[in-house]
Amino acid sequence: MTFSVGDRITVKDETPPNHHRTPWYIKGRQGVVVEYIGDWLNSETRAHGGDGLPKLPMYRVEFDQSYLWPEYKESASDKLWIDLYEHWLIPA
Amino acid sequence: MSDNKDHGGFFDTGWRPSGDVHRDEDGRPHEHPGLQEDVGLGVRASRALAMHELLVEKGVLGENEVEEAIEAWSERVPSNGATLVAKAWADPEFKKRLLEHPKETVIESGFVPEHNADVIVLENTEDVQHMVVCTLCSCYPTALLGPPPDWYKSFSYRSRAVTEPRKVMSEFGLELEEETEVRVVDSNSELRFLVIPRRPEGTEGWSVEQLADLVNRNSMIGVAAATEPGTD
Repeated sequence: MTFSVGDRITVKDETPPNHHRTPWYIKGRQGVVVEYIGDWLNSETRAHGGDGLPKLPMYRVEFDQSYLWPEYKESASDKLWIDLYEHWLIPA
Repeated sequence: MSDNKDHGGFFDTGWRPSGDVHRDEDGRPHEHPGLQEDVGLGVRASRALAMHELLVEKGVLGENEVEEAIEAWSERVPSNGATLVAKAWADPEFKKRLLEHPKETVIESGFVPEHNADVIVLENTEDVQHMVVCTLCSCYPTALLGPPPDWYKSFSYRSRAVTEPRKVMSEFGLELEEETEVRVVDSNSELRFLVIPRRPEGTEGWSVEQLADLVNRNSMIGVAAATEPGTD
């Protein structure tokens, strides 16, 4: 487990050819780790017939909505939460 | 449709012959000995039926596996989640356990998470409103809420939920205070999220059964409020 709650991270801005569950709108963006949520089977290899092992650490990461969406007009306090595998995160 | 003992009506298209007589598209009655179950099925339904037969024949699917899966789906309904929410409203100890050990508490309560998925329970308060979306597909706690509604799977919801969540909520009748923090939860991993909506005022002392009637499906996705007493 590399990251701790409160760490600022950047999501890798990559688009590997394999199945992955990191949506485009947070790629390359900075967020904050709000929780380590355990080790999970790797959906990126499972999607291609693998067993998903070894399990990988996953983190709940928070982003400011007004940072993610420059046009965001709703409220400065609004957040987005998303769960991401450790190998998608680099220290910010 | 004639008695369809081989297929159990899985692929019922809603097509019904007039009387017991099959008719051509131009309305002429005729007979298809041995093929009557398929008359009136569309191309896709026929293909699905053929694939099902082959999969059973090859031993990939058990004889009753599809029927059993459909049966299991019929037990996945929003009242499952509503019962949990109502119990959490009524019993602070239960709510604490549901928030801290959600999967265990869901299983203890008699529900079986789909694909053995983990369940996370999020509580909405005066300060925070959680709203769940799956931007990549349609991840949804089906064991607790049943199959996702079409709007949840729509491209429109999946994009607007992250770009203008408050506007989406207002379209579901929920106007939030500016000070309330919105947390859009993009659910696309192995976890499924159930939201505990805010308990409506004026429901002190209500039974779990009475409270459960106020817990509508949309409030457990976080796009709407629980039903106000007397407006059901």
